[in-house]
Formats: sequence, C-alpha cells, structure tokens
Amino acid sequence: MSEARRLEAQLLGVLARPPRWYPFIVTLLAGVVAWAFYAWTVQYRIGLGVTGMHNRVPWGLYIINFVFLIGISHAGTLVSAILRITAAEWRRPITRMAEVITVVALMTGALMVMVDMGRPDRLLYLLRYGFGHLSSPILWDVLSVATYLTGSLIYLYIPLIPDLAMLRDRLGPKVPGWQQWLYRTLAMGWRGTPRQRARLERALTVMALLIIPIAVSVHTVVSFVFSMTLRVGWHSSIFGPYFVVGAIFSGIAGIITAMAVFRRIYRLEAWITEEHFQKLGWLLLALNLIYLYFTFSEYLTMGYQPDDAEAALLRLLFIGPYGKIFWPMVLGGLVAPALLVMVPSVPALRSLRTVPVLRPVPIALTAAGLLTTVLLARGMPQAAILPAWLASWETLRWPLLGLGALLILSLVPVLQARRVASLVTASVLVNIGMWLKRYLIVVPSLAVAQTPFGAITYRPTWVEYSIIGGTFAGFALLYLVFSRLFPIVSLWEVREAEDSAIREPADVGTRPYVAPAGGRT
Amino acid sequence: MTKLAESWAAGDKRAVGQGTLTRQWAMVIDLRKCEGCTTIDKPPQCVEACNRAHYLPEGQQWIRVVVERDQRGSFFRPIPCMQCENAPCVQVCPVGATYRNASGVVLVDNNRCIGCRLCMAACPYDVRVFNWVRPPTPPEAALVRYSPEFPVPHRKGTVSKCMLCAHRTAHGELPACAAGCPMKAIYLGDLTTDVATNGDEVLQLSTFLSENHAYRYRGDLGTRPRVYYIPGHGEAFGRRPGA
Ligand code: SF4
Ligand code: SF4
Repeated sequence: MSEARRLEAQLLGVLARPPRWYPFIVTLLAGVVAWAFYAWTVQYRIGLGVTGMHNRVPWGLYIINFVFLIGISHAGTLVSAILRITAAEWRRPITRMAEVITVVALMTGALMVMVDMGRPDRLLYLLRYGFGHLSSPILWDVLSVATYLTGSLIYLYIPLIPDLAMLRDRLGPKVPGWQQWLYRTLAMGWRGTPRQRARLERALTVMALLIIPIAVSVHTVVSFVFSMTLRVGWHSSIFGPYFVVGAIFSGIAGIITAMAVFRRIYRLEAWITEEHFQKLGWLLLALNLIYLYFTFSEYLTMGYQPDDAEAALLRLLFIGPYGKIFWPMVLGGLVAPALLVMVPSVPALRSLRTVPVLRPVPIALTAAGLLTTVLLARGMPQAAILPAWLASWETLRWPLLGLGALLILSLVPVLQARRVASLVTASVLVNIGMWLKRYLIVVPSLAVAQTPFGAITYRPTWVEYSIIGGTFAGFALLYLVFSRLFPIVSLWEVREAEDSAIREPADVGTRPYVAPAGGRT
Repeated sequence: MTKLAESWAAGDKRAVGQGTLTRQWAMVIDLRKCEGCTTIDKPPQCVEACNRAHYLPEGQQWIRVVVERDQRGSFFRPIPCMQCENAPCVQVCPVGATYRNASGVVLVDNNRCIGCRLCMAACPYDVRVFNWVRPPTPPEAALVRYSPEFPVPHRKGTVSKCMLCAHRTAHGELPACAAGCPMKAIYLGDLTTDVATNGDEVLQLSTFLSENHAYRYRGDLGTRPRVYYIPGHGEAFGRRPGA
C-alpha cells in the first residue's frame, strides 16, 4: 500500500471510529466551557464590575486574550498561503491543520471582544451606526477580522472539497446518517473531473493571493486600536509591523504545537516528520530574531526620551511590579526559544551529552549564574561596582526571575538529541511568552497615570480567569471536533504529490480523482 | 446676579439681528483662587456640587481635584472634561455615541454607547468613567427624562463623564461646579461673545486669559482643550504653596 493510501486508511479510521479517549476529553473541555459560560452569565447579570477592571485600567484579560488569539490566528492561513504560492512541496501534510487554527482562533478571538463589551446587547449598533464613524479603529478591526474570517473559511473549505467527496464515497454507512448528509452536502457534487480540478486550483490560487494582504491588515489594525491613542507605550509607529511579526511568530509556534499534538494522538509520525518541524522551526527562529530586534528598538527609543511618562513606563516594566512578567517574557519567551531551536543543530553541543565530565555543565552554569546574582544583590563587597539601583535585591529580583526562566536551558543535553521535543518546548514557551507580552502591552500603559493618581493596579478576578480558561478549552474543543469530523491532513494533496512523483514529471495535478465503486457517476 | 442672569439667559443660542448666534462654551479655572477647600476645611465643593447635580453613583467623579507641584510648591488642580476641540474620544468611538454638539461640548449618548471603552483608553486626561455595575437610581433621578445633555438616570455598561452641565448652561445657569465653588475660582466662558463669568463678575474672556498667562493642561498634545487654567497656588486666600 502506498504512503498516501496508508494515511487515508489511518485518518478514515479516526473518522469512522474515534479513539477511546475522545469522549472523555470532549466532556472535560465542554465542562470547562460550561463553567466559563456560567461565569459569563454572572458578568452579564451584574456587569463588568465583577472583573478586576476599573476606570484607570479599563481593559484587561479579555483584550489581552483577544490580541493573543488574533495573533495565533495569523500564521495558519498566512503560512499555508505562502507555502502554496511558492509551491513548497513539504507543506502538504500540514496546511489543513494550519488553516483550521486560523478559523478557530478567529472565532474565539472575536468572542473575546463581545465578552469585553459593556453592552453586548448593542453589538449590532456597530453595523447600524458604525459606517458613519469609520474614523474609529474598532471598526477597522470589525471589518478586517470579519473579512479574514470569511476568507479563511473559504480558504479552508475549498481544499476540503475533494476530501469531502472521498468521505462521502468511502465512509458511506460506516458513519451516522447526519454525518453522511454533512459530507454529501458539503462536497457539492465533486466528481474530480478535470474541469472541476482546474477550477479548484484556480480558486485556491486566487484565495491564497487574496488572503495574504488581508492577514497582514488584520494584525496591523489590531495594533492601531492601541497606537492611535496618545498613550505612552502605545503611540508608536512601529506598532503595526511589530504586531504583525509578533502574530506570525506566535502563530507558527501555535502550528508547531498543534502538529505535535495531532501527530501524537492520531499516530501520524510517518507523515508529519522531523523535517516539517525543522522547517517551521527555522521560520520560528527567523521571526523570533526579528521580534527581538523590534522589541529592542522599541524600548531603546523609549528609554532615550527625556519624557517622564516614558521613563515611568520603563521603570514599571524593568524594575517595577511588571518586572516579574517582563523578564520571564524576554528571557523565557524570546531568548530561550531562540536557543532551543538552535540547540539540536549545533554539533559542538553534543559533547555535553557524550562526554561524561561535561554533563553537569549546563546545570552548574545556570546555578552559578543565579547564585552570583543573588550574592551580588545581597550586598557582597563586589556589588559596590554596580550602580546603586542595580545593587539592591528589590530591583534585581525580577531580572532574576527571568534568569530562573532560563533554567530550562539546563535541559539542553536532553533536548539536543530530540529535535522535535526541543522545538515543541520552544513553541510552548513562545506562546506563553507572547501571551505575557500582550499583557505587558495592554496593562502597564494603562497603569501609567497621565494625570496625578496614586499607584494603579489591576488584579483579574475569578470571572476573568474562568472565561479565559473557557476560551482556551473552547479552542481545543473546536479543533478536536473538527479533526474528528474531517481529515486533519489534506489527503488529496498528499496523494497528488505521490502520484506526480510516480509519473514524474508529467502533468502535475490533472489526474482526476476517480470515485471508487459505489460512488455516484 | 440679575444682570448676569440676563446676560446668560439666552443659553446656547442667542438672537442677534436676524439670525442666531451659537455659544462656544469654555471654562477658566483660576488656580490662584483654588485652595482645595482647605481653608474652609471641607472636601472640594465643586466635586460635591457635581456629584449632587448629576446623582453620581458611588466611585464616580466627573470633576477631580488633584495636587500637583511646580517650582513654587504644591497647588490644587480641578480636572473636569477638557471638552477638547480635537477630541481623541470622539474620533475613536465606533458608533458615534461620543460627539461634540454645536456649542463645542463633548457629550455621550448612553443609549447608543456599546461600552467598548476605547474612549477611556484614548482620553489623555483620565476623565472618563464607566458604569461597571447597575448604577443606583435615587427616586428624584428616576423622574428625569434621559438626554445626553443631562445623562440621568445612568446606564449600566456605558461610559459617563463631565458634560459641562449642558442642561444648565442651556438656560443660562453656571455649571454645578462653578456655582458650587465657594472661592468662585471656576468661570464659564463663551468664545463667541468673548465673555466669562463666575457668578460674581463678568469679564472679557480673551483679556482675562492673556493678562493672566492662562494655559491649557498638556496643551502640547494638540487636543485643543476648551478649559483654561490661570497659574497659581491658591494664594488669593492666603494659602502658602510650600504647605
Ligand atoms: S478631556 Fe477626554 S473626555 Fe474630555 S473631550 Fe478631551 S478626550 Fe474627550
Ligand atoms: S465606550 Fe461608548 S462612548 Fe466610548 S468609544 Fe465605546 S461606544 Fe463610544
């Protein structure tokens, strides 16, 4: 049996009979979603006062999560479109997963905004009154997110059609009636005739070309919601590209994580290979470095301003109450992942594993680094060479926390031999880091008083945490249910690659899909 | 007072010859006279008057009095909405719930506001407040017919802010804070006719501003506030700024 056919058999098996753990996980996720829904009813009844937001910090976890999810949504369709246009062959087994991420993340992200609204009952006012007020960045968001969601749905659907036709023909009575009906309806009479195929290819190319600028616009306007205000830390022209790069960065990390999960649960190791991880890993590294660069230029420019407010913001971030988020974000979410991606590709590091005496080196180095800083902070005589503000425990504990986050690097010898594990660890760190980064974008800028105020703090409540937890559970749930109803790998594209490889170098992709016996003619 | 009432009675519009003339409201706050109500040992009376006049729910202040410092020492600054001519809040509102009326007052239509709070993030003067929970409606407020010029009763899930007492100036009354200030430090001005009054005296607005080095708070932002401050430390009532 050919590779593509084995893959088909494997995934059709999943669709016909889900794995045993499936109902448990679905129930669990649905439970979390239900709890979040309960929290939301409390919020709806009493008002946004049940959250930790207040007049000085009018935005909190909901907006942070909105930016995060829209960011995650980014890479899916965008990466798939770019890979399709550039005819990167290795994309075939992963495009579908990527496209689904986009759709799911956009849906949950849009939900965050509705949860955040003081008057969700007036949602449609945006359409009723909005068009007279196109100067509002919120409307730009509504328009571009709606366009992106529509575009991504179409872009997910078009390459799904041949697979749907196959499900219609091959699964037949193996699945319940409604599922048969679903495949039949969605397949829209696909027979795989040359004309249908040509149309499909053309539609795909057009959509892929269209979706790229739309994707870029989406995160640009998300950043405009912030940068169009006069707030310190927001009012910056770098915000558009900064957000776009951040979105693609976290989105790729999202794809890598999802790939790892699906590969594991549906046993796809033979098709989603180390090569896929490594290729996306390099992409992740490139964006990681660009993001570091943007972050550096952003803060350096800010730090050079003689402006009080900017200095106040930087103090809050570096040594103030937000330091405990800032340093882990920079070191754990940006520096560590970059190193983790590179680790398995540096042959010299192999000796850390193979030469016995060198084995404890990573842990020892990390420990020594931590210890020295603590000792310095605790006022060893050598600490006198440091500027006063640096030499006190209060100002140093947050950078230390960040260094603690780097402790992950003591795993280097373990990860060095496991490329995929190393990349997945990096991806998870990136996503945590990027969530924290969005927190640092939203909250501290609001917490810098523009007129005299005492200290401004923001402490989220159980309602907010529950709803955030619920959206992540909902995200996983939608993704899982999709993979249970539709093949999570684009089967016809994988087969197409195989076929064209066999009939090298004949007409790529013109061979009609032949419905097996039993299909309608 | 009668003279004053006559002069302002026409409110927002005043007949001039054939046509009408539209007021362009402004406010002048004389910081030489504002001593934070410390000499009379009371909480700031402008704030109290405002709270009463608009039945403000607990936790809301549409005008705040903050303490600032300059080279000569500390001083008090009442901060109402600046009624910016180039108002960031108006620009960002997605449904036009925040708008400037013909007299240059920035109003909020609480029946339209969707509660996105972008305007709160956008206001550089931190003057906007939100109804985080259902605001209590005292019996006397329940009878008021809602209008953006007198946004009572308050609406849950929407923003509120100082609206320069549009309901009072419309029929020739001073804003509640100006009327309530025992030191008469707050003046209502009209840019069209170039007059200003605090209820005691009537002045030529432009001369008053230029002779006393009036400035606008954070004027460098380019929001063009309609609220002017005359620098001072409450010295008109013997307050010593060092204190
Ligand atoms: S002070 Fe704030 S609320 Fe008032 S007009 Fe200016 S931006 Fe709007
Ligand atoms: S909170 Fe209300 S007034 Fe403010 S921008 Fe949103 S819709 Fe407009």
